[in-house]
Amino acid sequence: MDFRAVVRTRPGQRILATFFLTMITVAAVLSLPPPGAHAADLCLPSKTNSCISSTVRSDTGVIAGAEVHVTGPNGFDETLTTDEAGKFSLSVTDTGDYTLELVPDSLDKSLTITNGKVTLSVKQLNRVAAPVFGVRTADYSSSTSFTDQLVNGTFSGLRLGLLLALASIGLSLIYGTTGLSNFAHAEQVTLGGMLGYLFVNQWGLGMWVGVPLVLIAAGFSGWLQDFVLWQPLRRRGLGLAQMMIVTIGLSLTLQYVFQFFIGASTVKVLVFNPTPRSLGPISYTSPDLIAMGVSVVVIALVGYALLRTRIGRATRAVSDNPALASASGIDVDRVIRLVWVVATTLAGLSGLLYSLVIQRGMRWDSGMQILLLLFAAVTLGGLGTAFGALIGSLVIGMVVELTPVLGAPGDLKYASALLILILLLLVRPQGLLGRADRVG
Amino acid sequence: MSVTEDLTTGSEKDEAQRESRNKLLYAGGGLVAFLVALAVLSHLPGTVGQISASMLRVAIQPQTAALVIAVIGLNIHFGYTGLLNMGQAGFMMLGAYGFSIAIWKGQPMVVGVLAGFAAAFVFALLLGIPTLKLRGDYLAIVTISAAEILRYTGRLAKLEDFTGAAQGIPGSQYRGPFSNLSFLGDGQWTFPGTKLTYYLTGTDDWWTRLVAWGLVALCSYLVFLLARSPWGRLLRGIREDEDAIRSLGKNVFAVKMQALVIGGLFGALGGIIFILPASMQPDAMGRNLTFFAWTALLLGGAATVFGPVLGSILFFSVRIFLQGVTNAVVPNSVMNTQQTEQFAWICIGVMLMLIVIFRPQGLVGDKRELRFNV
Repeated sequence: MDFRAVVRTRPGQRILATFFLTMITVAAVLSLPPPGAHAADLCLPSKTNSCISSTVRSDTGVIAGAEVHVTGPNGFDETLTTDEAGKFSLSVTDTGDYTLELVPDSLDKSLTITNGKVTLSVKQLNRVAAPVFGVRTADYSSSTSFTDQLVNGTFSGLRLGLLLALASIGLSLIYGTTGLSNFAHAEQVTLGGMLGYLFVNQWGLGMWVGVPLVLIAAGFSGWLQDFVLWQPLRRRGLGLAQMMIVTIGLSLTLQYVFQFFIGASTVKVLVFNPTPRSLGPISYTSPDLIAMGVSVVVIALVGYALLRTRIGRATRAVSDNPALASASGIDVDRVIRLVWVVATTLAGLSGLLYSLVIQRGMRWDSGMQILLLLFAAVTLGGLGTAFGALIGSLVIGMVVELTPVLGAPGDLKYASALLILILLLLVRPQGLLGRADRVG
Repeated sequence: MSVTEDLTTGSEKDEAQRESRNKLLYAGGGLVAFLVALAVLSHLPGTVGQISASMLRVAIQPQTAALVIAVIGLNIHFGYTGLLNMGQAGFMMLGAYGFSIAIWKGQPMVVGVLAGFAAAFVFALLLGIPTLKLRGDYLAIVTISAAEILRYTGRLAKLEDFTGAAQGIPGSQYRGPFSNLSFLGDGQWTFPGTKLTYYLTGTDDWWTRLVAWGLVALCSYLVFLLARSPWGRLLRGIREDEDAIRSLGKNVFAVKMQALVIGGLFGALGGIIFILPASMQPDAMGRNLTFFAWTALLLGGAATVFGPVLGSILFFSVRIFLQGVTNAVVPNSVMNTQQTEQFAWICIGVMLMLIVIFRPQGLVGDKRELRFNV
């Protein structure tokens, strides 16, 4: 490692600027309207309304021109027709039970309706409900082939893996430079999702303003944490075990702060009603592709910065040996501060994309589930190695999504990732890319 | 007391012992005074009386005693040996599952208790073998993961006939043999001078409280004996400087494993007591229960005999206090009832951070004991 190159100038500002520029580009990409979406059809939930929107589709494709008859409280009665993308969207202002019925006459005679009537209860405003109808073509076969499931599972695994990688690289960088296992890192991921929901959906700022705001807020949270908490504690010489317990306290605090604001509800960032598409056996939506593309680009940028730029080299030097790095003129505290900002921004981005594409959305305690996957990924790749974290994340993502395909009960898909972690520790405790001498 | 201090002269040692005895007296006296004050205040009318009454109720409830025993186990792990066990709830769950499933399937109670202990024993071995030779945080990551795997497995719908799946096992299925042991008789009884009225023998009764707190006393005494035995000094030696102990020819891995197993068995016992007054629900024993155990331990004081008792009782009553006061003071328009509960938890999280930062030795601990780095 070329330390002299690091010493000559004060690292940081330029990279930070580049970083935020990248983030703004990311926001720009996210804000592009998806192909085929019509702004006029779009219903966005707000404080005064909830949305019922969905796509009517059979096993072969979307159904345009299907009529959906909706009845609801206070004599609500409306009939909608799906557009050429099979979508319909309805804004309702009253809470209560709504019944949606697919009008059989509006469909082609060759289609069979397996589930034409859906009742859903809109419990509160500012929510989106997506009813699913069942429509089949005559030659529908109910079982998808094992290969198809495998390919589809691999795709989902890749998607989850990339999202995890965004967060785990930061976790690994923090570990590498400070030795701290940050139990509150997954709450930073949750924070990204929550802020995304707040800015984009609640305040209606849209993607152009909302996404940069989320990223700036997430990065600021990292800066603030290091300023208020971690740097003073490092100076006081608090032991790493004690610091780890402080992160646990922080994680508990943040979890209940989230619950304080959103209660038991699930948060999803909704920009448009994505059209499910399929390519061969893979079914995906445009947000999936955007999320994966953004992840790949950002991960590549972080990798480039770590390998090729001064500040990246400085970061790796601090990871290797903080005392030596400090002696060679690297401002260790500055590097660590930057690592915190980058790590929390990446985690925020990960959370934003997570709540954009993952079907379940984000709950107040989603972080804890993500945290275990992150730890599994980071340990699998080798604690403190950024590229190990990337590989570990991809492996863990695949394992989680492929476990149900390979026949294990779906509830166990998270457990399987953790089991792999424990098994790996038995044979290769330093992880895939870690160095053996790191382990005590 | 660190290893070096054991080498000091006799008179210094006496002084240190006297000091710790005085501390114990103050802390114990303080706790009794706290409980008596609550009992007196609970007779007041209005909100003050209500809050004090519920604080007193949670202070002596069996779940508090269960947490104390689990924290005693955690104290052996972290306080004495310096092991970062983040899966104590997993040990509790295994004890509880072993106990409840065995009795549910028609086995006698002894078999149930032994099954719980055996499960925790095997769990400790499985976790210890890959991690105890590695640096501390590996144990933390593996234990928290393993405890979650257990919970996911216990919740599996396919195992409904065995573990009761996510619903768990109702208390009526396993409480019978334990209640039959009661010699207290039937009917209700009020603790003189307080508003504590429970059935002598029943679902959430004096019998469970008597056994639970009796076991707390027994476990505390056991730890007191263990901690001052040569083996206890070995544990603290490992905590302070593993290499030094290794150079003395001790098998550090084996001693750490013993500590992990013994602490885990305390966890299992805590788990059994935890489910006695209620039902066996896997989600009640998630990672947050582990974090509560840590908060209680650090609040009371790690590496002390009395710390777990003090910490757990205060942990539960402080939360009730915070919730009650917030409920009474903050109008409903600002914070509804559910939000005050979450607010109390937020305070608990902040409290955990503040304790570790400003008073790492907790209320009764010795700061010199907690300078180590894992």
